[in-house]
Amino acid sequence: MQFDSLIDFLNMGGYAFYVWLSYGITFFSLATLIILSLLQKRKILIQIAKKMQREDRLKANRSNS
Amino acid sequence: MWKWLHSYADPERAYNLSGKILPWFSILAIALIGIGSVWGLAFAPADYQQGESYRIIFIHVPAASMSMAAYMGMATSAFIGLVWQIKSADWVAAAIAPVGAVITFIALMTGAAWGKPMWGTWWVWDARLTAELVLLFLYLGVIALYASFEDKMLAARAAGILAIVGVINIPIIKYSVEWWSSLHQPSTIKITEKSTMSLEMLYPLLINIAGFGLMVGAITLIRFRCEILARNSMRHWVRELARIEGVK
Repeated sequence: MQFDSLIDFLNMGGYAFYVWLSYGITFFSLATLIILSLLQKRKILIQIAKKMQREDRLKANRSNS
Repeated sequence: MWKWLHSYADPERAYNLSGKILPWFSILAIALIGIGSVWGLAFAPADYQQGESYRIIFIHVPAASMSMAAYMGMATSAFIGLVWQIKSADWVAAAIAPVGAVITFIALMTGAAWGKPMWGTWWVWDARLTAELVLLFLYLGVIALYASFEDKMLAARAAGILAIVGVINIPIIKYSVEWWSSLHQPSTIKITEKSTMSLEMLYPLLINIAGFGLMVGAITLIRFRCEILARNSMRHWVRELARIEGVK
């Protein structure tokens, strides 16, 4: 361990703002990308399911008339 | 000779195969980035010139090198899609673009946050920095082109051509610090000669570079699978999947 205490570690030799800003930006932009990417699959499947329901409705209406 | 490869271009097989390797990529990426970052932040020695501020290197260099590697991956897949008309390759290119854009954004932001305490400025119109900014715009251009056509075959062709033409920017970024006088320091990792960095700093850096590479791979796989589903919505197997998982 290069630092004597937690305060020392967080202070980063006086460069705390720049170091933690870098790591913070990295963490949040990656987290956003990963979450959006993971949610995409469900969104696409819901879209396809909706389209299928619409097709089924159209088919049902056609056979009624 | 390469015929066996074609079976993996089949959308359903590509979807299942990428689903199988995704957990390995994810676990390895999380483990490597975890180890590399903790090592770099807390255990690597301080730099004799830059003090603790240099610890930004453990995300800046991996992000910057992967932003270029991801671009080469995207351009290669776009080329394969364009020349051999393999749709899966086009989808890989479309999946990489947003990941590459975010990684490039990270490289630029961490570079700015490192430049402020070391150079005294967040940004200069220096060759290396400007070329990396152009890389971000190339990624955004590819994303925008791919999104702006309803016909995705046409979209992939347009975006693919931009991606391939943009490859010219990669050697410019790589050698900018040698070709022009630059504020940016030359690379500290050298493949052919001894690296100009102590091993205690080099190991966590290399671990993080590998981790970032695997992470780019993992996110690309996630997006590639989505792309396969979206482009094959008329296929029976996708419809079955939508019937099971697509209900709210």
